[in-house]
Amino acid sequence: MERLSSGMALTKSLGWAVVMFLVLPITVVVPVSLTDQRFLSLPRAHLSLQYYVRLFTSEAWLSAIGQSFVIAVAATTLALVAGTLAAIGCWRISSRASGVLRMLMLAPLIVPTIVYALGIYRLWITLGMLDSYTGVILAHGVTAIPYVVITVSTSLANFDPRLEQAARNLGATVGQTLGRVILPNILPGIVSGAIFAFIHSWDELVMVLFITSRNIFTLPRRIWDGINENIDPTMAAVAVVLILLTVVLLALESALRGRRGA
Amino acid sequence: MASLSVLGRAAEVPRRRGRFASGGIYWLFLAPASLLLAAFYFYPLLGVLWISITEPKPGLGNYALLWSSPAVQHVFATTARICALTTAITILLGYAVAYALVHLSPRGQRWMFLGVLLPLWISVLARAFAWVTLLRSEGLINEALLSLGLIHEPLHLMWNVLGITIGMVHYMLPYAILPLYANMRGIDARLVAAARGLGATRLQAFLRVFLPLSLPGIVGAGILVFIFSLGFFVTPAILGGNRILMIAQYISIQILEVLRWGLGAMMATVLMAIVLALIALLARLVDLRRLFGAG
Repeated sequence: MERLSSGMALTKSLGWAVVMFLVLPITVVVPVSLTDQRFLSLPRAHLSLQYYVRLFTSEAWLSAIGQSFVIAVAATTLALVAGTLAAIGCWRISSRASGVLRMLMLAPLIVPTIVYALGIYRLWITLGMLDSYTGVILAHGVTAIPYVVITVSTSLANFDPRLEQAARNLGATVGQTLGRVILPNILPGIVSGAIFAFIHSWDELVMVLFITSRNIFTLPRRIWDGINENIDPTMAAVAVVLILLTVVLLALESALRGRRGA
Repeated sequence: MASLSVLGRAAEVPRRRGRFASGGIYWLFLAPASLLLAAFYFYPLLGVLWISITEPKPGLGNYALLWSSPAVQHVFATTARICALTTAITILLGYAVAYALVHLSPRGQRWMFLGVLLPLWISVLARAFAWVTLLRSEGLINEALLSLGLIHEPLHLMWNVLGITIGMVHYMLPYAILPLYANMRGIDARLVAAARGLGATRLQAFLRVFLPLSLPGIVGAGILVFIFSLGFFVTPAILGGNRILMIAQYISIQILEVLRWGLGAMMATVLMAIVLALIALLARLVDLRRLFGAG
């Protein structure tokens, strides 16, 4: 490219300014979580970890974290098995019909969650599955399938289908081909899918507002209640923990993607 | 809600050709996902449609409210207005970022991408909470302005359209930047150079060559952001309080508080129909298969 003109410098600064608008407001929760005051504010006299102590000794917060974790792990497993198999099936069949089926599987990314929340709420009322682990896990699991289908499909696109044919021609069963040839080669895609499915469930609020009440009280619901009822600096500590968790998971994902070279 | 960081990556997948003689057993691979989605996704969605035409009594009575109920019309108008505003601002700001991205060095690009993708995956509740911390009347922005003596009473920065729009633009920006960037990356830089060589000023080259070529990206990203904004619940509910109701929050109140299932289901059905119509429009304008990475 040619020398930097003032116009180009201006557009770049504008771009960076917008990125700052994306990042900086989020970081405000860090100082607030370290406040020494009793209300939501910046620290005045000194930094304090009292709200982290409160977070990790609070029965309510810990149980919410625990429930969210169990649900996210189970929903991820469900989405992972169904989504990976479906992606492999579509890739191998590669016909018009399987293409249409694949597009349909992406529907949860497009249809507004509020619409689905209504539907699943009604279905769980009918089946008596409101406020149960199974109910939340199924709802989160099926809506996480598209994330896995997309990441695994991306991996499969870089995988030579002749390897699969070679394995079959040399006498491997479908199971052996899957376990020893296909799955090891698309592992990074599967792990990416797992991370995105986990974050999807871990952070999901809308469905949970409808299909849970007393038994299941996930972390997003606890945060929602906190913001709407009694807002205190413990929430800032929760936000910091959530942000750190996301950063760690994404760093993991990006490291894997780097190894896969895609 | 969808993530374009996944979608965007999938867009790079080349379309794989070639058929195999025996697909047979692999159809079984599709069974678990298909059955799960049919039973626990599409069936409940159809249920919403069904409720909208059967409760409280069979017929199109709920849909008649679209013409007769000022409250319902008000919700649709508010939603449309806020979504249009959000989309316009998001595209404008997103365009600046995407434009900077295609012109940055690879190193700068990596950092900027990080700044775009990280917020995308950070908990929507954590982000809304951060905005509450900043915007409420005892919030950090008001405190700073008060202590500097710039204002004498707190500004109303949330529980109004301003707060909702700030939060929504913040949420939607990555969804606009990624498709805009994907489109701009495909624009041949030599075209702009040629325009300059033929005597166009920088501004002319941008307005008459680059901007028209980036139009498909603007339209695609715009529709996408508008679709996501329409059904958005969390951020508008938190930053708007109960004063400004967008459609998703209105539906949840109908179902969870006043128990008007028919009305709620009707609104949900209309919302879904609008979203699907916009997706169909989007599909005509850009290659959805590329956007969603159909192998």
